[in-house]
Amino acid sequence: MIDLAPLWLTLKLAAVTTLILVLLGTPLAWALARSRSQWKPVAEALTALPLVLPPTVIGFYLLVFLSPSAPLGAAWRDATGQALTFSFAGLVVASCLYSLPFMVQPLQSAFESLGRAPLEAAASLRAGPWDAFFSVVLPLSARGYLTAVVLSFAHTIGEFGVVLMVGGNIPGRTKVISIAIYEQVETINYAQAHLWSAGMLAFAFVILLLVYTLNRRFPVHLG
Amino acid sequence: MSALSLDIRLQQGDFRLNAVLEAELAGITALFGPSGAGKSTLLRAIAGFDRAEGRIGFDGLTWQGPDRFVPPHQRGVGMVFQDARLFGHLSVAGNLRFAARRAAGAITQDTVVQALDLAPLLSRRPASLSGGERQRVAIGRALLAQPRLMLMDEPLAALDLARKAQILPYIARLPGMFGIPVLYVTHSVEELAQIADRLIAMQDGQIVASGPLAQTFARLDIGAGGSRFEGGVILRAQVAGHDAGYRLTRLSVAGHELVMPEAALAIGDTVQLRVRARDVMLATARPEGLSAQNLLAGRITEILSEADTPFAEVFLDVGGQGLRARVTRAAVDQMGLRVGAQAFAVLKAISFDRRVG
Repeated sequence: MIDLAPLWLTLKLAAVTTLILVLLGTPLAWALARSRSQWKPVAEALTALPLVLPPTVIGFYLLVFLSPSAPLGAAWRDATGQALTFSFAGLVVASCLYSLPFMVQPLQSAFESLGRAPLEAAASLRAGPWDAFFSVVLPLSARGYLTAVVLSFAHTIGEFGVVLMVGGNIPGRTKVISIAIYEQVETINYAQAHLWSAGMLAFAFVILLLVYTLNRRFPVHLG
Repeated sequence: MSALSLDIRLQQGDFRLNAVLEAELAGITALFGPSGAGKSTLLRAIAGFDRAEGRIGFDGLTWQGPDRFVPPHQRGVGMVFQDARLFGHLSVAGNLRFAARRAAGAITQDTVVQALDLAPLLSRRPASLSGGERQRVAIGRALLAQPRLMLMDEPLAALDLARKAQILPYIARLPGMFGIPVLYVTHSVEELAQIADRLIAMQDGQIVASGPLAQTFARLDIGAGGSRFEGGVILRAQVAGHDAGYRLTRLSVAGHELVMPEAALAIGDTVQLRVRARDVMLATARPEGLSAQNLLAGRITEILSEADTPFAEVFLDVGGQGLRARVTRAAVDQMGLRVGAQAFAVLKAISFDRRVG
């Protein structure tokens, strides 16, 4: 029987990463959408970097910065007693960075297409900035959020290089599906590799189909 | 009466707003001027959406001062935008509730729904409403936020003439029903004549005149340098009766009778008539045998000669209302027109605007 641990680990990693990215990506995307600063292109380029960098480059730098001998890694080890590298927490950090553009870009374009108009309307109805964000911006950006969440989740599931560099291949801790497939192929266990790969293929297709379908006809109506 | 007091400057690209104003706001005050005069910019500064330099105060509250900027949501200013800006994720009822939930006051949802005939729309989505319906909902929503001051930024600009005519009466009723002063941006003389009580005129980023409608309007183009504005006056008249045979409506202005093509008005209704200065002829004696039937007798109060043009503007008092005629300077001299003399004014054309209430 196939060992399902990589599946659960993959789903857990994607879920935790997506959740953190919603919380981090929202203010970042909002700031980028609202900003008229001359530094905005710099911030946008930095945010988009993970799209074009080879995962090994991201993985390499993460390995350097997260290792217990670097300040960040050391602080984490002092706080938790565990190293960030080759741990689930390290994978989460790496995935957040790797999938960041997939959260920020759809949100930013959703916020930009919304413009100032609904915010001004809300302000004229006595809604303060936070109130207006939660009662107007969020519901009106629901489609952008859906796209961002689905893409970030799916992209995290599909990552390989960064995970391998930062997490290695520790069953139950860092061995996600993509690593499991790599391992099966390395050990010439093609039957298992086929199972995982076909599953990933179907999953990716269904997810993308979902995104494109919803993008076309998802009426945002909330009472 | 509420008082609006401001002294602000705002640079936007090539455009510079430099507005100084001390105005009483009562009923509907039209913020009037040609496109690009800065009307909407001024309105947005009053609402707090755009940050101008300077000072803005309303009814003893300082909204903006040297070390103070009250954010828009704390000003209690209701805004009706040209494009309505209803929240697309909420139904009409949801849009109204959005406002009602955030403000407590005397204006209830029932009154608003009734005043603006919103009952049939409540369960609809904003996307399914016509332009006119959207603006009615937007007005209702703004009212439910219990504003101290209502700002309307050309709310009818996107509507066709028939829809405009349907909505104007709703807007005209607002100050009387809800006791909220309205500042209404428009570049249309017709809208101005139909609903305004007071007038603030803007040109090239500056406020050029402010005061009660008839007086202010009558002197609007004077000293406004190079404006192509059609000078004239607005007269208030009562509907005296109809002449079914000739298909005419009889109006009474300061004891004089005017006639105009039959209009669907009730006897006793008050209407405002726009009379352009160039459509008024003057006579020193009561003229006979003219095809123009509308004749008003008055007294000349002022004659303004425009030195380097052929023209002069003659102001008359007709039973307490102002009238203005554009004649040649030669005619003034040859007829011996002078201040204090009696004159008869023949109105060649009247454009007529319905006024409810």
